[in-house]
Amino acid sequence: MANWLYLIPLAPLVASAINLIFGRWYIKNRAHWLAILAVGISFAVSIPAFMQVLRTGEAFSQHLYTWIPAGDFQIPVTLYVDQLTAIMLLVVTGVSFLVHIYSVGYMHGDPGFYRFFSYLNLFVFSMLMLIMSNNYLILFVFWEAVGLCSYLLIGFWYRRYSAAQAAKKAFIVNRVGDVGFGIGVMLIFTTFGTLNYAQIFEGVGSVAQGTLTLIALLLFTGAIGKSAQIPLFVWLPDAMEGPTPVSALIHAATMVTAGIFMVARSFPIFSASPTAMQTMAIVGAATAFVAATIGITQFDIKKVIAYSTVSQLGYMAFALGVGAWGAAIFHLVTHAAFKGLLFLGAGSVIHGMHDEQDMRHMGGLKKFMPITYWTFLIGAAANAGLMPLAGFWSKDEIIVGAWVGGHPVIAAVGLVAAFFTALYMFRVVFMTFHGKPRFDPHHVHPHESPWSMAGPLVLLAIPAALIGFIGFPPEHGWFHQFIQPVFSHGAEAHGHEVTMATTLVFGLVSTVIAVGGIGTAYAAYISGSINPKLVARQFEPFYKLFYNRWFFDEIYEVLIVHPLYLFSVFLWRFVDVKLIDGTVNGIAKVLSFSSQRARLVQTGLVANYALAIALGAVVIVGVYLVTGSNLFQ
Amino acid sequence: MENLPILSLMTYTPLVGALIIVFWATASANVARWVALLASSLSFVFSLIMLAGFDTTSDAMQFSEVHTWLPGVGVAYRLGVDGISVPLIVLTTLLSVISIIASWDPIKNRVREYMIAMLLLETGMIGVFISLDLFLFYIFWEVMLIPMALLIGIWGSKNRIYAAVKFFLYTLAGSLLMLVGIIAMYQSYFEETGIRTLNVQELAQGTYGYTFQILVFLAFFVAFAIKVPMWPFHTWLPDAHVEAPTAGSVILAGVLLKMGGYGLLRFNLPLFPDATRALAPYIIVLSVIAIIYGALVALVQPDLKKLVAYSSVSHMGFVTLGIFSLTSQGLYGAMIVMISHGLVTGALFLLVGMIYNRGHTRLIKAFGGLATNMPVYATFFGFFMFASVGLPGLSGFVGEFLALIGTFRVYPWAGAASMVVVILSAWYMMWMYQRVVWVRAPGEPPDASDPASKLVGAGGHHGAPHPVMGGSTSHDPHFVPPQTFRDVDFKEVVTLVPLALLTLWIGVQPGPVMDLVKPAVELLTQFYGGVGL
Repeated sequence: MANWLYLIPLAPLVASAINLIFGRWYIKNRAHWLAILAVGISFAVSIPAFMQVLRTGEAFSQHLYTWIPAGDFQIPVTLYVDQLTAIMLLVVTGVSFLVHIYSVGYMHGDPGFYRFFSYLNLFVFSMLMLIMSNNYLILFVFWEAVGLCSYLLIGFWYRRYSAAQAAKKAFIVNRVGDVGFGIGVMLIFTTFGTLNYAQIFEGVGSVAQGTLTLIALLLFTGAIGKSAQIPLFVWLPDAMEGPTPVSALIHAATMVTAGIFMVARSFPIFSASPTAMQTMAIVGAATAFVAATIGITQFDIKKVIAYSTVSQLGYMAFALGVGAWGAAIFHLVTHAAFKGLLFLGAGSVIHGMHDEQDMRHMGGLKKFMPITYWTFLIGAAANAGLMPLAGFWSKDEIIVGAWVGGHPVIAAVGLVAAFFTALYMFRVVFMTFHGKPRFDPHHVHPHESPWSMAGPLVLLAIPAALIGFIGFPPEHGWFHQFIQPVFSHGAEAHGHEVTMATTLVFGLVSTVIAVGGIGTAYAAYISGSINPKLVARQFEPFYKLFYNRWFFDEIYEVLIVHPLYLFSVFLWRFVDVKLIDGTVNGIAKVLSFSSQRARLVQTGLVANYALAIALGAVVIVGVYLVTGSNLFQ
Repeated sequence: MENLPILSLMTYTPLVGALIIVFWATASANVARWVALLASSLSFVFSLIMLAGFDTTSDAMQFSEVHTWLPGVGVAYRLGVDGISVPLIVLTTLLSVISIIASWDPIKNRVREYMIAMLLLETGMIGVFISLDLFLFYIFWEVMLIPMALLIGIWGSKNRIYAAVKFFLYTLAGSLLMLVGIIAMYQSYFEETGIRTLNVQELAQGTYGYTFQILVFLAFFVAFAIKVPMWPFHTWLPDAHVEAPTAGSVILAGVLLKMGGYGLLRFNLPLFPDATRALAPYIIVLSVIAIIYGALVALVQPDLKKLVAYSSVSHMGFVTLGIFSLTSQGLYGAMIVMISHGLVTGALFLLVGMIYNRGHTRLIKAFGGLATNMPVYATFFGFFMFASVGLPGLSGFVGEFLALIGTFRVYPWAGAASMVVVILSAWYMMWMYQRVVWVRAPGEPPDASDPASKLVGAGGHHGAPHPVMGGSTSHDPHFVPPQTFRDVDFKEVVTLVPLALLTLWIGVQPGPVMDLVKPAVELLTQFYGGVGL
């Protein structure tokens, strides 16, 4: 049927393997040709896949082989494309393609050039397999595989202690979520007897509510890790240790949205469990708010965008939670465009500033790097939710979704977070590009990036500005109709009718809020009518809380990491060495001691032995007489 | 070909090799190496012929060889293989060849004796996997013990005598209990049927009382639990591993530990069904403890080999977990974990041995930044690190996930609790990898491009003394700076590549291996009620 689908993941896999094996000695700094070609093929083949779904409205698949045949536990590798996958295919291959081109300039001259492209290709392969899976185990497999690529790329500059720590932390924190996900997968299997999506979703109706809630919550635990929700978001800001193209592709546009994708994929399970939905809405809203508050206090340009990513992922999560399924995926798409753009723009700034990431040492860069400035501005405005840029449409729809879904508090939190979003985004724009330079112009000579980097910026700026129109008019756009079949399986899909008035009111309110946020940033960092330092001092407890990332890392260190470490030392030094081994050695000592004593008996004197024999005989006969015979009875 | 006694050929080829070295009085060290390599390679080829001729559709014992031996007491020379033994035998012959190559350069004194011990060990190990007569089995079981103890005691490092004696006594204590069990079985079957036999398949036909089953089960179980090693019978393992030469560790982890799992599958499960069902929940508990405990203790080990040894305790917990879930998936999982652990942990010990040969230490803190001057080494190490961490697509995941899902069906709490180890395994392996392969060598200043170098007074975090791991080793007079290590050479790559390819292959395409074990697994599963078929 669709026996060409395998080309989509195969191309980057082959390129990755070739670059990894031959890169060091033969390919060296030519690795990008193969890598870009491979992603280009994936993109090119994804288009007919998308078109087929668009044309027929039906999902289709290609079976490759049976991976695990263990009794009634049969796991096939089957590539599966429906509307959700089709959209993700275009997002992943499209952004990947641009990031690959950008990386040619950004990674130029790095000794690990070939390694970088090999890992990046491996990531594209894994991500494509993840979105094209047709069962939960293959999803889990590539869920872990993208984690591997994330680890390798965060730790790309492995000689840095901070990079090594961040890579390890990302993997381990993700695995905390994966424990939940893994148990969820096992519970799905024992409940439904299969891990195939279609078969599971058909059986949802006949499963107890409690079991479904448990499954949904376990799956969501996985999403909390991968999509950086509270309380597991701590790995994502640290992941900025990786090269910036990696931050753009993996830690903004694609991999971190895998959790959102997975929940959306599991729509029938989640929509059958109000408890899980409620949990997701609360966690998502809390994440959106907390990350936004942290974002306004950070000075590292990449960290701000990273917290922005966490915050936006929070929006997506609570969109899922309030039942605005389509809006969540819509935001995923627009976010991939504008956040990818923002990271690449930040990378361009860092590149032009010779690896400077602290915004306090920037300023006035507008005139040095105009392309970067204008594209970054578009991305920032889109993120801030300015009409008619991409972020406005999707974010607004999420907030409207929360309101009509009966979650007014969550809608309000979304609006407050939107204010912070506009504030921190334009804080970055103003601190970086406007005002007077705060660096030493004799030592630092900012320059515009080469075309391999500027080109992708321009190409991403277009969707960041315009892609919102695929969802126009709100709630009834092309996108909504396209994605509808994925979310119509359950009983009450998109049950809430949104009136035009509601849409207009919320559009107006969120525009006012976004402009308010931008105005505040302007007042603080351009006109000087607000003194940020003074504000920070006035609200010092809050400032400290935000600046120190709500102390999540510190709390984990004190409550989990360190006690666990001490407990392990106790297990080793005491239980293992003293208790178990001590017992073993003790038995050996007792044996050795008693043998030494027993040796004294062996005197070598025949008379002694004769006496022993006689005594023994007496004892034996005595015992026999007492117990065995009836002599004394 | 039809009537070729392939099992005997495979088993005794190493023994013949050993005899050649013994009687070739003028043989130099190099001759001994070549003879050993040839003999073990030939044995490997025989095992491949066996593999190729193995009928995966039959659950009967194949390539059977039966000769009367001591007919008066019912002892026979009885060999045969099924899906449980075949993969383990191929693993044994492969790891033996690899071990001999890995010992080529590092072993410099008493090479002849060393190679004799290696070859005798191989004969013993293969013999254990093919014996279907309890007497024969017991002989091979003991034969294998002696060369292993000698390998540790003679070619080991500083504390080798203590480790060798501990290893010997621990396993001997277990096998004496097993001997009692064997005699009890023999007697009981004789009393029941009037037939004197030690044929395992025949004994499995008998019916035994509940208490008798429990007692004899425990006698066998302790012997095998020590070998696995199950918590709390594991404390010989870290010492044995640390002191053993590299090849000794490879064989120890790769093959000897598997004999525990093999013994449970071959004897405990078919012979004592009632005892197995009754005791399974307790063994599941011990397995979960082993899985978590091994991982936690591995976390704080300052010595590379001890770290890998404790990780073995954790991984092997999945074997007993899978076996005593008594489900189809659990049994498949246990088999694949055994094979995978043999490949991966074998490779990890080879990798540790390589830097031990260069730096003459196994302490993690003495290494660092190896990826810079040993990129190929770092790639292999990274590969096997991830295989050990249970990354999907590599062999470990398939086995461990199957064992987990098999367990989860019957004991959901045990499956869920064991799942937690995926966090811990990532933690201890990655932390080790970071300290040994990433960052910088002890005392090396940060790179100019490192943001850390911009910080005032930053000496790099790496040199900071650790609360448990102690301070830097750079003042040790015997300290060899890891920056000076050369990358892996051809012989070292040769030992790693087959293990890496097999790990990847089983991870991506476990079907063929699972087909191999399928009849045996299905037979056992059906015997226990058919959960998961």
